[in-house]
Amino acid sequence: MSQKRKQNRKGTILRLIRMLFQYYPKLLPCIMVLICINAVISAIPSIFQQKVIAIIQTAWEQGLAWERVQPDVVKNVTTLASLYGASLLANVLYNQLMAFFTQGTLAKLRDEMFSHMEKLPIRYFDTNKRGSIMSYYTNDVDSMRQMVSQSFPQLMISMITITTILCIMMYYSIWMGLVIILGSFVSIFITRTVGGKSARYFIAQQKYVAATEGVVEEMINGGKVIKVFNHEDEAETAFDEANDALYEAAYNANRYSNTLMPILNNVSYIIYVLVAVVGGLLIEYNVPNLSFSGLPISIAVVVPFLGMSRQFAGMIQQVSPQINSIVMGLAGTERIFAMLDEEPETDEGYVTLVNATEKNGVLEETDEKTGIWAWKHPHQADGTVTYEKLRGDVRFFDVDFAYNPDKTILHNITLYGKPGQKIAFVGATGAGKTTITNLINRFYDIEDGKIRYDGININKIKKSALRKSLGIVLQETVLFTGTVMENIRYGRLDATDEECIAAAKLAGAHSFIKNLPQGYQTMLDGDGSNLSQGQCQLLAIARAAVADPPVMIMDEATSSIDTRTEQIVQRGMDALMAGRTVFVIAHRLSTVKNSNVILVLDHGRVIERGTHEELLAMKGQYYQLYTGAFELE
Amino acid sequence: MNTLRQLYQSVREFRKPAFQTPFLVIGEVIFEALIPYTIAMLVNEVKAGGGIDRIMHYAWILLAMSMASLLFGYLAGLTCARSSCGFARNLRHDVFHRIQQFSFANIDRFSSASLVTRLTTDIQNIQMAFMMIIRTAIRAPLNLIFSFAMAFYMGGSMAVIFLAVIPVLGIGLYAVAKVTMPLFKAGFPKYDALNESVEENVKGIRVVKSFVREDYETEKFHNASENIRKIFTKAERILALNSPLMQMCIYSVMLFVLSVGSKRIITTNGAALDIGQFSTLLTYSFQILSSLMMLSMIFVMMTFSAESAQRVCEVLREESTIKNPEHPVMEVADGSIDFDHVSFRYFRDSENPVLDNIDLHIRSGETIGIIGGTGSSKSSLVQLIPRLYDVTDGSVHVSGQDVRNYDLEVLRDSVAMVLQKNVLFSGTIAENIRWGNKDADDEEVKHVCRLACADEFIDKMPEGYNTYIEQGGTNVSGGQKQRLCIARALLKKPKILILDDSTSAVDTRTDALIRKAMKEYIPSTTKIIIAQRTSSVEDADRIIVMDNGTINAIGTSEELLKTNEIYREVYFSQNRQDSDETELSVSEAAA
Repeated sequence: MSQKRKQNRKGTILRLIRMLFQYYPKLLPCIMVLICINAVISAIPSIFQQKVIAIIQTAWEQGLAWERVQPDVVKNVTTLASLYGASLLANVLYNQLMAFFTQGTLAKLRDEMFSHMEKLPIRYFDTNKRGSIMSYYTNDVDSMRQMVSQSFPQLMISMITITTILCIMMYYSIWMGLVIILGSFVSIFITRTVGGKSARYFIAQQKYVAATEGVVEEMINGGKVIKVFNHEDEAETAFDEANDALYEAAYNANRYSNTLMPILNNVSYIIYVLVAVVGGLLIEYNVPNLSFSGLPISIAVVVPFLGMSRQFAGMIQQVSPQINSIVMGLAGTERIFAMLDEEPETDEGYVTLVNATEKNGVLEETDEKTGIWAWKHPHQADGTVTYEKLRGDVRFFDVDFAYNPDKTILHNITLYGKPGQKIAFVGATGAGKTTITNLINRFYDIEDGKIRYDGININKIKKSALRKSLGIVLQETVLFTGTVMENIRYGRLDATDEECIAAAKLAGAHSFIKNLPQGYQTMLDGDGSNLSQGQCQLLAIARAAVADPPVMIMDEATSSIDTRTEQIVQRGMDALMAGRTVFVIAHRLSTVKNSNVILVLDHGRVIERGTHEELLAMKGQYYQLYTGAFELE
Repeated sequence: MNTLRQLYQSVREFRKPAFQTPFLVIGEVIFEALIPYTIAMLVNEVKAGGGIDRIMHYAWILLAMSMASLLFGYLAGLTCARSSCGFARNLRHDVFHRIQQFSFANIDRFSSASLVTRLTTDIQNIQMAFMMIIRTAIRAPLNLIFSFAMAFYMGGSMAVIFLAVIPVLGIGLYAVAKVTMPLFKAGFPKYDALNESVEENVKGIRVVKSFVREDYETEKFHNASENIRKIFTKAERILALNSPLMQMCIYSVMLFVLSVGSKRIITTNGAALDIGQFSTLLTYSFQILSSLMMLSMIFVMMTFSAESAQRVCEVLREESTIKNPEHPVMEVADGSIDFDHVSFRYFRDSENPVLDNIDLHIRSGETIGIIGGTGSSKSSLVQLIPRLYDVTDGSVHVSGQDVRNYDLEVLRDSVAMVLQKNVLFSGTIAENIRWGNKDADDEEVKHVCRLACADEFIDKMPEGYNTYIEQGGTNVSGGQKQRLCIARALLKKPKILILDDSTSAVDTRTDALIRKAMKEYIPSTTKIIIAQRTSSVEDADRIIVMDNGTINAIGTSEELLKTNEIYREVYFSQNRQDSDETELSVSEAAA
């Protein structure tokens, strides 16, 4: 289990690195080179420091005048200065490029996530919670940014510096080097235990933050109900429970991360003392030095060594806090990758929708806007292309459907929707009304049977073309942040203001829009919270009307509109939809009464069909519904 | 300043660790500053070949100091974690508590999304800032002062270099912070907006796909995201100057100490400066500069969280627009309701009143139906009865008392209201029903469910009354949800029951059954029923027709059919004109 997780983690890191290189194939290597330069240079000064000290020491011992040693000192200091110059240059460049790289990577990643998300099938959105999809963009991207922009470079710098320092140490004295290596093992061990614990608690904290957010969201959205029931105290108790759990987790996480620093800090002092003691012992007892330089142990070796041991400890201190962000960043990255790995909606359709002109009953494709649309149907068998006029004729033949293979929702649905007809679906919740519309626009694909649109198998039609030919007003109205005008224009992006206003008039929305503070230019919040439910529905209808589609699906589109207004809307829609196909779902029977055909559904089967009068005469289910003797829900 | 005082009230029981922390930090810093000094002595001992005894002497001192520093640091870490997390917990509690006291008008003022952000992200920012204040903000300046003093003590005139470098660094860091701050401030709201647009897309994916707007949305998102990239790249590039600036300062100090220092040592033969001091100077220089860096970070951090603090305090300071009177009436005698020249506006400054001069008298036990078009202020009218909003002019009386004289809890316990936008909470069905009365036994719960015609489908559910309702009630249908909400209200045994379009998703037969049950079970309760369907109000004692914030007509169904144009239109839009079918549906409903 943990083996597998480790493997996953490794895969995630590799994939992340691959992705970063794909985003910036030239910039990223540049940055890495600059990091290396900077890291190596910042490790080297101790050599020159040592040299200068050695010079001073000799001068002191031999009583040399400053003038004698000055050239040597100046030479070393100048070399050091130029090294510093190079390091500074690398640092400026690296930081500038890094800022560009980090923000660029974030933007590219966000774009990739979003465009991938837009391509995912409806099933994905139906089976994943909104909050968890949202957290990919907020928490997970944030934790990944932290890791990529700070932890990775820091890790790289530290590793290089540590290696460089180790090499220099070995150059001087292997004995004292061993003390430092021992010390760093202790530090790494502490970091792993304390830092690892802290990281685990931080992940736990994330979980409790989410839980608290869940409670808060529920209680705040239900705020009015809480007031009506005097339930404030109970709500507070529920909140406090989540709040206390969050406190526990946050306290533990911060406790470990807060104490890691002082521990490491002082371990480094202890190492320092050890180095000094060992150095002193070596000098005291004249122990032969073991080193690559062959230098004997002396002050000139011990003093810079002490400096290096501080530098070494400093590096470990800088790396250790990164443990948290790497653990959390990897968890976030894993989730983001899982989303990017979701299979996008497939589209094997090849029949497209084109503008056409009609001469003597023969359709010809054109680039101009003619108001006549045709299906362009290339036949693979013989390479010919035929054109079929878009009329809006939708037929189901023996259609079966199941969301899960083991539970069939629709059985043997057969229906004919001819242009000019209004077809209504009536039935209890769960009878399969909305599911049928989900099949027409191919949000879901059928299991068995056939659906034909203007005689063409809808599987052959490109999804974009198919959906463009359908206007859909959904049960749950969704408006987008933007003006009223923009929201109506969403139906057809090239619609003029006049066309949008005409659509609003048709939908009976014009009168209330006129009364909004800025009329058609009034900004709407995302959820249309400044409009009533009914007004949102009127706008949604206007939005569909401006698209001017040959087939319209209205799924409980007028459920929140009072019956008087509904009749106004109905008249407008009837005018708009003359000669087109309309599918209507409504539990209010007054909405569906004037349909050409009413299908009564029950548990995924059509149990009655006919006009309102025919169905009443049948004295079956519909009659019972109409007379109120039967339960709809 | 006021903001800080306000927030400080939430520290409460964590005051002790909060005040301990700075002192512990001071202890830690003192030892941290003394350690390099002792190290210098040690180096000199080593250098002077002072023998292992002398070295061990300093080694033990150092060890003791480092242990002391560790202890202080460790304790400071603990108290800091406890007080900052505890403070955040209290603050969350206080904000949530305040929200619970909000009236409907207060709730309307803040969007729910913004309240959630204030309770989570904003308070987290404040927690971070608090942690910084009691720990780092004490540590950094102290460190600076100590290191500075020690540098002068050790290095003497050599330390002058710091006087040259520090202003450069200070000004540089300040300038960077000053320039980047407005950029970040402008950037973050855009970032929030971007996330909101993601949420919108997730929520509205069916609309996006139906209109084939995937590419359009992706393009829109790309533009917004690109905008953010530009702002943040600019800000981060300026911010990225901090690191080289700091490095430059360290390098200058190093070069100065190495060149001038070595000359000093040799020319004075170690009198003005010895090798130990020499390397210690370097250590202090590093500490001084990193404290400065820390200070600039604190500066940036504080500016950010100041915004968050502001937003949280806004909630804490929000006064509820509806408050309990000083000597509240503790009992509602009966269910009579009187509207006396009532006018109502949601906002004081809005032009047209939502309700205009309403005069209405309802006897206890009466059943009143309310009919009216979308936006005719039906809901606004009834919301005044349980004092969800206060009237702008005139007064509303329940049982002869002005509603503003009652104890709020007493009033709302007597006036049960089933809201139009109703919600169930995550928990079992029984738990949800018991919102009406938490002491109700199983029998009572079942009884009200039977009255609301909810028992049938509950019994069919796998776990009956223990079936878990998901957040938002997503696993029950609209009609089932409405019936549960009615049952919940019935359990209160109220004097007045208001149903605001609460049976819209329930079929007419069940609707009739519920009304019949109410008539039998709670005959003395005043019932007010707002409905779209005329069949829901036909058998009411009186029907009020609302139009544009005024009462258009009052009467029985028969009277209104004869005299009122609006009622007739609504009625006939739902019932076929031919009389036999109308009769059929009416008689069936009454049966």
